[in-house]
Amino acid sequence: MRELSLHILDIVQNSIAAEADLIRLNIVEDYEADKLVVEIIDDGTGMKEEDKEQVLDPFVTSRTTREVGLGLPLFKEAAEQCAGNFSLDSTLGEGTELKAVFQHSHIDRAPLGDIVGTIISFLVSNPDIDLVYHHQVDDEEFNFDTREVKDRLGDVKINSPDIIAWLKDYLTEGLRQIRR
Amino acid sequence: MKSLDELKELRDKAQKDIQNRDTGDKVEIIVGMGTCGIAAGAREILQEVMKEIDKRDLDVRVSQTGCIGMCEKEPLVDVKMPGHDRVTYGEVTTDDVSKIISNHVVNGNVVDDLVVARLEE
Repeated sequence: MRELSLHILDIVQNSIAAEADLIRLNIVEDYEADKLVVEIIDDGTGMKEEDKEQVLDPFVTSRTTREVGLGLPLFKEAAEQCAGNFSLDSTLGEGTELKAVFQHSHIDRAPLGDIVGTIISFLVSNPDIDLVYHHQVDDEEFNFDTREVKDRLGDVKINSPDIIAWLKDYLTEGLRQIRR
Repeated sequence: MKSLDELKELRDKAQKDIQNRDTGDKVEIIVGMGTCGIAAGAREILQEVMKEIDKRDLDVRVSQTGCIGMCEKEPLVDVKMPGHDRVTYGEVTTDDVSKIISNHVVNGNVVDDLVVARLEE
């Protein structure tokens, strides 16, 4: 994938398929330690012990386990080729969490890219799943919680075109603030 | 910095829009969001769809699907008009989105040269 944010959008599809109600996305850019960390944590169905190993192997996955395919192995490879590492933990009935660590300055590290586009795309087609997004750049942080948005929207859906357009500006501005 | 409380004003406006609309069957636009779709540009297509819907103030349901096996034709966009066949468009570009929405969704004319599959209603 050309951008890490595309990997994130792809990985989140697994959480959707696993019937998660809440997905946490944490992105930490630490220039001092030269690290970029991406964490995705969901409360979906989770995986059995033997499936945890299989999902990381692109050649074992079969059509019957459709919700897992190339997405996870590609993300794992992206981290490992950037002097980073990848870990996945999952408990059946509780959820799945994964963490990818990249060397921030690594020449092969794909740019984070359009993370706002990733979040907006997720919100458009998944209005009933909540997202808690935390993004940190050194000491600055931005937090976004769809539960807080929905509190203010009442019976208006979060994916109404007006709301989506507003949220896109809101997220763009929030991220600009922490990058200054 | 914008405040989330601004959403309350938007809510009142959105509620009026909902009341003004009839509750019949909606047009549905479905974007393929498997690994293949995402790698081919589905995220940009989905955002372009939302932009067109907002611009034209259309009442359309936008949803997503996973990989359906036509990976080489991604990005795939399906249009499902109530009472009509489901039409699958392939190798859709952001420029094609406005064509699909104005010709098909608004005027009911399928954009034949972009069609890769049809599913009977």
